Amino acid sequence: MSEKTSDKKRVLIINRRAPYGRSNARDALDVTLTCGVFEMPVSLLFADDGVFQLLGQHNAADIGQKNLSANLAVLPMYDIEDLYVCADSLQQHGLNADELAHTVKTVQASDIQALMRDHDVVLTF
Amino acid sequence: MALHTLNQAPGNTTCLERCLQALAPNDALLLIEDGVYATLPAHAAKFASLYQIDCYVLQPDLQARGIEDSVSAPFNIIDDAGFVELACEQDKVISWF
Amino acid sequence: MKFSIVVQAAPYSTQSAETAYRFANTLLQKGHELYRVFFYADGVHTGSALASPPQDEPDIPANWQTLATDHNLDLVVCIAAAVRRGVLDSNEANRYGKDGANLASGFELSGLGQLADAIAESDRVITFGA
Repeated sequence: MSEKTSDKKRVLIINRRAPYGRSNARDALDVTLTCGVFEMPVSLLFADDGVFQLLGQHNAADIGQKNLSANLAVLPMYDIEDLYVCADSLQQHGLNADELAHTVKTVQASDIQALMRDHDVVLTF
Repeated sequence: MALHTLNQAPGNTTCLERCLQALAPNDALLLIEDGVYATLPAHAAKFASLYQIDCYVLQPDLQARGIEDSVSAPFNIIDDAGFVELACEQDKVISWF
Repeated sequence: MKFSIVVQAAPYSTQSAETAYRFANTLLQKGHELYRVFFYADGVHTGSALASPPQDEPDIPANWQTLATDHNLDLVVCIAAAVRRGVLDSNEANRYGKDGANLASGFELSGLGQLADAIAESDRVITFGA
């Protein structure tokens, strides 16, 4: 990151909702991309039903929505690569980190506390 | 540290559980809106193991729901001004909904 | 302390919009600054000039308007979220060929850059959602 971005607020975006059933996932992604465009350091945490956003093979055409997974895949182009997934949430849904379609770091509760401490602003969706 | 606000009724168990997990020592928790129902004695055990976390509940929401007299430990009742003060004292606000 | 508020929920559907208003009002009464209120997702309905609650219920959009006038507030409604939900100013109504505009005065449509700016400039950002 450049010197300029180190002065900027670090934003943590917490995704707690599944994609498509509500607009939260899409709304969060739009805010994430905006932070990227404005060169604000942004991290994403996926927890609870939000972990479902990380599954692959989305095809939302027949329900009239844009493919969220495809849009998450462009985050690295905006230098947004700090993605985290809540281990408990994965376990509750019977998912393994290695079946997720995106590169994410698995975090425990104590890591989540640290993430919250290490960011200046936390936005939940 | 952080002020966590939670507005979901205790029937939304995942929301409460995830919020409680995220609380760190010196954080504060404020229950608002339907979240205030978690201050009923039946839910007290959920908060028993919180360590160094000040717990608050918003008075107008208790009053609206007729449960102001049922608030159990560890919750302190505060008003809207207290909510603003908490948001100032803590260094960020995290909303659980 | 300089606050910004993000409102994600529609008035009347959930309590969040009213809690957000009370929080805003209280922080201003206590002498703090409210840098921006950003209405996002269903929160954009707060900016509708057509909201017509019964007389014995609070008029949440009007309450925000009054607060904005009294304190020179910046009430920003996310333009993308608004137009898809049918909250348009006259520019957007023209652009989309709609018969009428309904963004209440005191609110303005703008993009997520305003939220990013609010985050950058504020001491505290608080989200009200449901």
